[in-house]
Amino acid sequence: MENLQAILKEALDTVQGSSDTQSLDQVRVKYLGKKGEITQLLKGLGKLSAEERPQAGAKINEAKVAVQDAINLKKEGLMQAALAEKLASESIDVTLPGRGDRAGGLHPITRTLERIESFFSKFGFSVVEGPEVEDDYHNFEALNIPSHHPARAMHDTFYFDATTLLRTHTSPVQVRTMEQGKAPFRMICPGRVYRCDSDLTHTPMFHQVEGLLVDENVSFAQLKGLLEEFLVYFFEKELAVRFRPSYFPFTEPSAEVDVQCVACEGKGCRICSQTGWLEVLGCGMVHPKVFEHSGVDAEKYTGFAFGLGVERFAMLRYGVGDLRLYFENDMRFLEQF
Amino acid sequence: MLFSEQWLREWVNPSVSTEELVAQLTMAGLEVDSVEPVAGEFSGVVVGQVKEKGPHPDADKLSLCKVDVNGAELLDIVCGAPNVREGLKIPVAIVGAVLPGNFKIKKAKLRGQPSIGMLCAESELGLSDNAEGLMELAEDAPIGVDLREYLGLDDQMIEVDLTPNRSDCLGISGLAREVGVLYKEAVSAIEISPIQASIEDTFPVEIIAAEQCGRYVGRVIRQVNISAKTPLWMVEKLRRSGIRSIDPVVDVTNYVMLEQGQPMHAFDLNQLEGGICVRLAKEKEKLVLLDGQEIELKPDTLMIADQKHALAIAGVMGGAESGVTQETTDLFLESAYFDPIAIAGKARSYGLHTDSSHRYERGVDFKLQTPAMERATELLLEIVGGQAGPIVEVANKAFLPVKKTIQLREDRVTRLLGFSIPKQEITDILLRLGMDVTEKDGHWIVVAPSYRFDVELEVDLIEELGRIYGYNNLPTVIPSLDYCQDHEPEVSIGLPRIRHLLVDMGYQETISYSFVDPVLLKKLDPNYEPLALANPISADMSVMRTTLWAGLIKTVQYNQARQQQRLQIFETGLRFIPKKSGLSQERVIAGLVVGATVPESWANEKRPMDFFDVKGHLETMFEMGGTVDPFHFTPGHHPALHPGQTATISKGSDEIGLIGALHPSLQQELGINGSAYLFEFQLSAILEGQLPQYQELSKFPEMRRDIAIVVDETTTSSDIVAKVQKEGGDSLKSVNIFDIYQGNGIDAGKKSLALALTFQHPSRTLKDSEVSETVDGVVSSLRQEFKAILRD
Repeated sequence: MENLQAILKEALDTVQGSSDTQSLDQVRVKYLGKKGEITQLLKGLGKLSAEERPQAGAKINEAKVAVQDAINLKKEGLMQAALAEKLASESIDVTLPGRGDRAGGLHPITRTLERIESFFSKFGFSVVEGPEVEDDYHNFEALNIPSHHPARAMHDTFYFDATTLLRTHTSPVQVRTMEQGKAPFRMICPGRVYRCDSDLTHTPMFHQVEGLLVDENVSFAQLKGLLEEFLVYFFEKELAVRFRPSYFPFTEPSAEVDVQCVACEGKGCRICSQTGWLEVLGCGMVHPKVFEHSGVDAEKYTGFAFGLGVERFAMLRYGVGDLRLYFENDMRFLEQF
Repeated sequence: MLFSEQWLREWVNPSVSTEELVAQLTMAGLEVDSVEPVAGEFSGVVVGQVKEKGPHPDADKLSLCKVDVNGAELLDIVCGAPNVREGLKIPVAIVGAVLPGNFKIKKAKLRGQPSIGMLCAESELGLSDNAEGLMELAEDAPIGVDLREYLGLDDQMIEVDLTPNRSDCLGISGLAREVGVLYKEAVSAIEISPIQASIEDTFPVEIIAAEQCGRYVGRVIRQVNISAKTPLWMVEKLRRSGIRSIDPVVDVTNYVMLEQGQPMHAFDLNQLEGGICVRLAKEKEKLVLLDGQEIELKPDTLMIADQKHALAIAGVMGGAESGVTQETTDLFLESAYFDPIAIAGKARSYGLHTDSSHRYERGVDFKLQTPAMERATELLLEIVGGQAGPIVEVANKAFLPVKKTIQLREDRVTRLLGFSIPKQEITDILLRLGMDVTEKDGHWIVVAPSYRFDVELEVDLIEELGRIYGYNNLPTVIPSLDYCQDHEPEVSIGLPRIRHLLVDMGYQETISYSFVDPVLLKKLDPNYEPLALANPISADMSVMRTTLWAGLIKTVQYNQARQQQRLQIFETGLRFIPKKSGLSQERVIAGLVVGATVPESWANEKRPMDFFDVKGHLETMFEMGGTVDPFHFTPGHHPALHPGQTATISKGSDEIGLIGALHPSLQQELGINGSAYLFEFQLSAILEGQLPQYQELSKFPEMRRDIAIVVDETTTSSDIVAKVQKEGGDSLKSVNIFDIYQGNGIDAGKKSLALALTFQHPSRTLKDSEVSETVDGVVSSLRQEFKAILRD
């Protein structure tokens, strides 16, 4: 018994001195194994008297627990250290860029069109498309623009022959839609249009969105309401909107819609030519002659139509100053959207 | 239409500022484009007279002048203008004057001579660009009076951008009428009274083209003094309306046009022979116009002629020979009504646009011809003197417009505007607009005035009501959604979804012109003769694309020239294919890739994109419809593509497009850096997918068998897979090519394919032996069909 303390000290020292789990295992076997030194002491208890036995047993057990605890503690420490070392060796430079590709992007015109479509689809407008090589009838005649009409001069039309042309606006789709279907109608037509004009503020091709709503009681008040909502939605600003009388052969009454300048909010700046207003939409109530050409009963139905230039909306929204950028397809430009 | 605010206010003068006036005009549909002061900002400039003029001792081009400005003494002023002369009245900037640009006039010495003030040219006062000499004032100009006051220079030039329907406002009288309506102000119109003829002379007028000319009013005025000066007030009003003074006769005709809206023309009576004849042009008839150019007339052109010659293009421009010159003594004045349809487009067809054609095309008040003639006569007699003959009028009522009666219904007003305007107000607005109004059984019977060409239908009246009431005073309502859009099938895949998928796979969308360079298109798509524009904007934008590749190739060239080597782009839109049955406008999607698979990076594999990258992208697109099964790629050919790297894409039995490498020689010719891969196919093929149909899941294990075979390298993998699928029986679930190998150990001209066959039975566990038996069958069928050899 007298060497219990010595054995204990020696055991604890060896535990402390161990540098890996393997040597800790050896320590355990040496002291606590079946033939281990402390185990042997326990086995030797039988030689003691009944009075001495409990006290000596308790002491040896105490020593056994102490060695076991020390081993556990040391083992835990060694594992922690090993893990820490492993983790340290696995460090990477997290600031390096990620692997693989980047997403591309939509053209800003498409992006703008999608926003416009998303608004009108909430109001039940469906998206309709039409031909770009059009006939004179749908582009002009049916829209109440006969051949002698002064409005034709404003259209700078691209022709293929006397009666075939590139559509100068998306309005012919109104007629085509009404010809082919039955009222009521609720549609928008986005698409390319063409005018024989090319300078700083004109490209020979651009995009319009045409809208048409025909039903039994469609009014100018509704036209105002819908377009005001649209402009606020599109520009995400509570901007003032005003309707000015204007003239389109295919609508009566006709209006031009101005929105308070999105850049200066009406104070006057370069973008709005100091007027505080931006002209953004043309609209009006469908002209009875257009209804007549399209086979819609103008007494039973009323309707409104509107048209907007997509490039202009995109310019105002994203601050693009030069129209020609849209069709040069410079990646450094396109990737900004 | 450019006009002077002062002039307008002589007719109607609402007590509002210029700003308020132009805002009101704009909101009434007469959009004001600009407001400019009629002169620059200056002060201290008075009317002066050159009393003496002598040479400058030290400068040949300068003169020493003594100038009277009604001061205590004459002013010594040095002047370099060529037109300075004794007796001339000119604007004088006296010491202390401030000229435009904050230029202050001080006592000065010029080449040693004192100069107390400055004599001014028009340009120095911001009156015009004319800097050629001093501004010459009228002989009766009052010396010493402030120039601004004398010329009424505190005035604005207002430019209104009139819409084509408002020809009634192409004159001060019409604008005044409109302002009167808007402000409920009385208009003080010029009173026009008939001029008594003092001579009997007339000149015969005959209208042959009756339909085109409903009325022709003419008058002879003899013994005019063409050298008389146009009065300053008239010159100034013309100037402020954008018209230069030419001679007193032309000035008067222009003035009446600006005031009344009636274009007029003055002929030199002594150049006319026989009589006026209004007719259509004859074949190959020629005319030298006032501007000096000789034109050959088209047979549909309405002419003014005499018995021998063409004199003028009716309503557009007069001829040089019959025009007024410095020798003219006798005049024949014309004031006519031409049908707008007869004039429309004519000026344009000769490359002309005149104040006259602008008005006639849009419509001139058909009741205005005689009053305008009287007004012009009055002014001419006042300015150039002479003796006026009686008016000759030839008119045919059948070819003058008829103002129809229009019925206006109250409920229709309410329905269209979405708001009911009180009845009384409706009547009031119509009356103010000069309409003839009768109320009858709860509606109105309306006749529009002769100057309103744009009011023909009930809706036109409703627009006028809304316009005068004010669009912004009308209510605003959001349309209700009681109507549902067309049914959208579950299987439809919108174009936006397809675009977004491509973007997510790294593609950048582009938009290019639909008209392209025929030379480039011929290289890319020689199979078609493209549709050509009759009036292209330039040669390289003159034919309609038959493939979107033209735009994509141009985009690559543009960007590679700007150090952007890697491109992955797509475009959607129409291609225009001429077919025997007519033009086919097909909506397609096309793409192009060139350069590395991914942007250069420390971590990325450096490999150029190839056919299978693009094919994979297409398969992903096709898979949006639920399955790629209906789509097939078979070896194909196209003149612009690599003969060994091109596939025709089919859906079911329909060919829908192509994918392939740009032909290497074309790539070189087009200067494209790197192999480019292209695709284009019909969008309609992928806009509709399949509705998923549930298949029961098998509870039994799958078994996989791998085989490797060697076949000719020309044998297509799709043929092999099809054969395996056919021979594999019902329990063969899938076939996957997991390796392809050529090289060491494989004979030249051969390739090794490794296939994984997966078997599964819906209702039982498959036995090893039966799977082995099936695989043996598959291998022997491959041997028979493709001479395939099984590798160990």
